[in-house]
Amino acid sequence: MREEILFTMETPYRRPLAVRGWYFGNPERRSLAVLGALRGNEVQQMYICSQLIRALAAMEENGELAEDCGILVVPCANQFSMNVGRRFWAADNTDINRMFPGYDQGETTQRIAAHIFSALQGCSYGVQFTSFHLPGDLLPHVRITETGYERAEEALDFGLPYVILRRPHPYDTTTLNYNWQIWDTQAYSLYTRATDCIDQSAARQAVEAVERFLFAKGLSRRAVPAPQEEPSLLREEALHSLLTTAGGLLQQECRPGDRVRPGDVLGEILEPCTGAVLEQLRADCSGRIFFAHRAQLINGHEAAFRILPD
Amino acid sequence: MIEQVVRVPLAVGEDLVIQKNRIGSGGKRLCVVTGTHGDELEGQYVAWRLARWLKAHPEHLKGTVDIYPALNPLGVSTMTRSNPLCDLDMNRTFPGSPDGAMSEFLAHTLIRDMVGADVCIDIHASNIFLREIPQVRINVNTAERLVPLAKRMNLGFIWIHAAATVLESTLAHSLNALDTPTLVVEMGVGMRLTRAYGDQLLTGILSLMHYLGMWDAPVMPVAPPIVSSDGHVSFVNASRPGIFVPSVAHAAYVEQGQELGQVVDPLTGDVCETLICPASGLLFTLREYPVVYEGSLIARILGGAL
Repeated sequence: MREEILFTMETPYRRPLAVRGWYFGNPERRSLAVLGALRGNEVQQMYICSQLIRALAAMEENGELAEDCGILVVPCANQFSMNVGRRFWAADNTDINRMFPGYDQGETTQRIAAHIFSALQGCSYGVQFTSFHLPGDLLPHVRITETGYERAEEALDFGLPYVILRRPHPYDTTTLNYNWQIWDTQAYSLYTRATDCIDQSAARQAVEAVERFLFAKGLSRRAVPAPQEEPSLLREEALHSLLTTAGGLLQQECRPGDRVRPGDVLGEILEPCTGAVLEQLRADCSGRIFFAHRAQLINGHEAAFRILPD
Repeated sequence: MIEQVVRVPLAVGEDLVIQKNRIGSGGKRLCVVTGTHGDELEGQYVAWRLARWLKAHPEHLKGTVDIYPALNPLGVSTMTRSNPLCDLDMNRTFPGSPDGAMSEFLAHTLIRDMVGADVCIDIHASNIFLREIPQVRINVNTAERLVPLAKRMNLGFIWIHAAATVLESTLAHSLNALDTPTLVVEMGVGMRLTRAYGDQLLTGILSLMHYLGMWDAPVMPVAPPIVSSDGHVSFVNASRPGIFVPSVAHAAYVEQGQELGQVVDPLTGDVCETLICPASGLLFTLREYPVVYEGSLIARILGGAL
């Protein structure tokens, strides 16, 4: 294991932003790059990387990494925002994950993105532990941007229950995942249950997923048990969104992973001052709850649930 | 007449309502849109002046003007650039979707309301960091159609910029793609009003309406603008963090090699960096917010490539 400062940026009134990376295995090879927190609230994503670093250190110590395997893990690239409790770049509220591939002569977050991209580029595989922009809990899955360069089936090797293919919108073209793909890295965004708090079992599942992937690709000799459920590949459009019509207090009757049938009550929206039921949210198909809105308050026309149909 | 464009219930005892003021009836239609970014307020003054002017002189209006002062009312009311419900830049959510979550639904409904207008003017005010001279920004792919309209707007500068995929999520791109000519105006600075700029643009809007046959009163003559592509714009970025102290006035003509300002360190009393003008020309963008980072944009000069 070798720790290195990947880049440093001076900041006004604060200590320099120094982004650290941990290297494992063969220093001449660039097999896998892993990025954790890019936003200031991605505590779980940083935690997963910390646990992955411990696991990789042990594998390296035990000689379990393949000779041609080289790995870089960057647990946090935005402590500048994390330390002041802000999700986006704290100076101007721009999202670094909307700045890739970056521009080294551009604005601050473009330069940061350029530094990060430079450090992470050139690997065969790229993993980003990332978070969903809506507050909610979802089933663990791998997400892949459809660029024409992706090899989606390979993502099944993580062993997470689902691999979701996303057709990119114009605003997706500046994400790390998209640009990794364009620049010859097979890119996977791994979503787990939590973001701004630590979920240890979800973190263990994520670390195991990376270990399983390394083994499947011949990059490690440490076998990981097969997942309990066979992973499946699907397109994002397959998910049914259950939109609210009323706003109020959301009372959930189900959780991600629950099986539902048409007509099942998934939750209710209550009038916040009287408790009267304004709306019952009912399943419109058979399947599993994939996403459940977490905030107690919910507005009209919000996705309260997303169902993965059978 | 004040009309509701879209209404969505919020969680506790309030609805999100986006409104427009429809003035006139029938004939050609002009949409004047602003308040997409909640920290950009220059368009509020223009919306107010335009509504007041049209109401005072209805006999000259030969068409319909729809004024949308606040596409992002929650942002304007809370001094928040993005939609505060989801921290998304509203101008990256178009054309939206009728079946999407709230931000996409709002974008879709707004587009449906504006599409088919003869012209749409989308007024922005930079951000809190940079001050801009009044200008029209046009994607190179739509320049042929839009530049003749932009020349009526009484703004000194038309910037024809390169196409970028990410900008396909903007209101202007989406409307132009739907055959609704849409001009993007940038002027002033975030969280402030610049009356002179607003008055200048109001003259331009009336001039454009006159050109379109929507206004039959005499209008002030407009000066021909400079029309430029990216190749004639030079950028100056800070390479050191600190406090930017300008040495020049915004909108001045500057010379190559001239000092634009300094980045200083209030703790040590040192000058961290002296910023030098890379080309002679019009200083159309100048840093307004003093705290700078490495990479912070300081100035843009129209007049020559680096």
